[in-house]
Amino acid sequence: MNHPLEKYLRMEVFPSPFCSGCGHGILLSAVLRAIDGLGYSMDDMLFVSGIGCAAWIPSPHFAADTLHTTHGRAVAFATGAKLQNPNLKVMVISGDGDIAAIGGNHLIHAARRNIDLTVICANNSVYGMTGGQLAPTTPLECFTSTSPSGNTEPPFDLCKLVEGAGAGYVARFTVAHIHMLIKSIKAALEYEGFSFIEAVSPCPTQFGRMNAVPSPVDLINMLKKDFVSMAKYNKMPLEERGSLKPIGEFVKPDVRKSKAG
Amino acid sequence: MKYTTETIPSALKPGDYFMMGDEASAEGAVAAGCRFFAGYPITPTSELMVHIVKRFEEVGGKFIQMEDEIGSVGAMVGASWAGGKVMTATSGPGLSLMMENIGYAAMTETPMVIVDIQRAGPSTGQATRPGSGDILQVKYGSHGDYEIIALSPWSVQEMYDLTIEAFNLAEAYRAPVFLLADEGVGHLRENFTVKGEVEVYHRPKAKGLPPFDTGDEDMIPPMPAFGEGEKLLITGSTHDEWGYRKTQVSAVHDRLVKRLVNKIRVNAGKIHRWEAHFIEDIEYLVVAYGISARAALKTVMDLRKEGIKIGLWRPITIWPFPEEALKEAAEGVKAVIVPEMNHGQLVREVERHLSVPVHPIAQVDGEIMRPETIDIRYLILDI
Ligand code: SF4
Repeated sequence: MNHPLEKYLRMEVFPSPFCSGCGHGILLSAVLRAIDGLGYSMDDMLFVSGIGCAAWIPSPHFAADTLHTTHGRAVAFATGAKLQNPNLKVMVISGDGDIAAIGGNHLIHAARRNIDLTVICANNSVYGMTGGQLAPTTPLECFTSTSPSGNTEPPFDLCKLVEGAGAGYVARFTVAHIHMLIKSIKAALEYEGFSFIEAVSPCPTQFGRMNAVPSPVDLINMLKKDFVSMAKYNKMPLEERGSLKPIGEFVKPDVRKSKAG
Repeated sequence: MKYTTETIPSALKPGDYFMMGDEASAEGAVAAGCRFFAGYPITPTSELMVHIVKRFEEVGGKFIQMEDEIGSVGAMVGASWAGGKVMTATSGPGLSLMMENIGYAAMTETPMVIVDIQRAGPSTGQATRPGSGDILQVKYGSHGDYEIIALSPWSVQEMYDLTIEAFNLAEAYRAPVFLLADEGVGHLRENFTVKGEVEVYHRPKAKGLPPFDTGDEDMIPPMPAFGEGEKLLITGSTHDEWGYRKTQVSAVHDRLVKRLVNKIRVNAGKIHRWEAHFIEDIEYLVVAYGISARAALKTVMDLRKEGIKIGLWRPITIWPFPEEALKEAAEGVKAVIVPEMNHGQLVREVERHLSVPVHPIAQVDGEIMRPETIDIRYLILDI
């Protein structure tokens, strides 16, 4: 029997190039489940990605129009495609280095314009493909190949950044919170404006090994422990929060303006 | 595959118009069917963007002012694959930023027109002063091997006509095409004539054929658009004819790079345009382009009055360089003189193709090329 998501995939390119235990496979399936749940046709979709492991989630796996661009520029390419053909449903899927470091300028301006794009930033806190270098999302004190004594630079809070820039839908979930993540991707796709999801997705090969958590199972369990619901997080006294991070929908569209509402 | 052609009424009413070069180029774009412009303000080019915004409000185009020039070309690639005829306009500092995605456009065979109104560089240089310092950058500015097309206008009329031609060449060859003007021509105001009809080209289209190599002799594959159900795979990485990444396969890379280069080289004879003035029975030949060619024409006419046998040859297509036409024009001359508003760029190309002495004249003071600068009497007396 065929897997129900096979119809969305170019099966001839499998097995995927992702390392075993990589979170990106879970994210790949979450995106397709959201599209399946909404009943969208892949022929109406355009997937745009930049450079890095996460950029390979749609390209070449998804059986749809895909645009695999230069490093960091996916959001700019997507902006042009959407503007030229507003009937396309345009989704950007790329990594944190791609979207938040080299592509940060395009990200904040697309959010400011509130152009109808869905951006999913697969955040693994590191440059995976190039050998585990420091990213603008690497937590303080973590080890990477370019911070061998521990990171001294505070990381971006991508959700706050994009919220501040004016995005109409902003959420953070992890691949360990799969049902919430799928629901969020659906809401983002249905929102007619700029939607942003930080999808936390572990990289056992580069980040895990360098930070003494090489096991994918341990990394998933860490996500479950380190990320708490927004409601719970907001009620916590500051001293209890420590390195915990909230997950949830931080900015939700005005129900009157949103198709979802 | 071959592009298709269509004759359409001109966007402007036929007749004579008085405009600046930058504005005439915007009119040429509108006439050619361009309805997408992504840009970023820069001197001495902003007038083009401002004019096209105004015209798009009348004819219904899509305009976006991007956060930088990198984003402009990115948005153009997205819009071109979504089916649009796309344009941007810039000058040296913006062009430097654009080079990343221009390389991507060359690799993915994405039609687009980039207007470069050259100013005096390097770096910020002299923003309001003319230069021709981007001659080599437009051809070699992005890494790796590829070919582009570049056209050099010397009048407001050509700012209009060659912009239309630039769009047609971009569609026909699926490549980035530059209108490589200078501040002198960009800010020049003079009359130009709009004809009743324009011939426009449309990119080759076909369903179910590979969009990145059909094995055709002309080497131009068809280009479907997003949303047409073709499940396009577009990547700047090495790819096979369907767009699948093949970054470890030498034969695929070799075939792709050679085709990107050869699809322009093999068709160069059809692309080349040039103009010759007084080249019968000459001893000296001036090779000049852009606003400098106007100064050169004055010098040539003055010297001819003195009985010096001298002519002017003006390449309109800068890249691919019309070398055969140059060789013919320079047949039997004693020397060739190449005045440029840079420190000697196109002169290298001229030297490469000729065996007679070639003398560069470099004027890099940020002024329009002066006819006196091209005074070559000293040269003639020497010989
Ligand atoms: S390097 Fe990291 S992010 Fe890249 S595929 Fe491997 S586990 Fe995934």
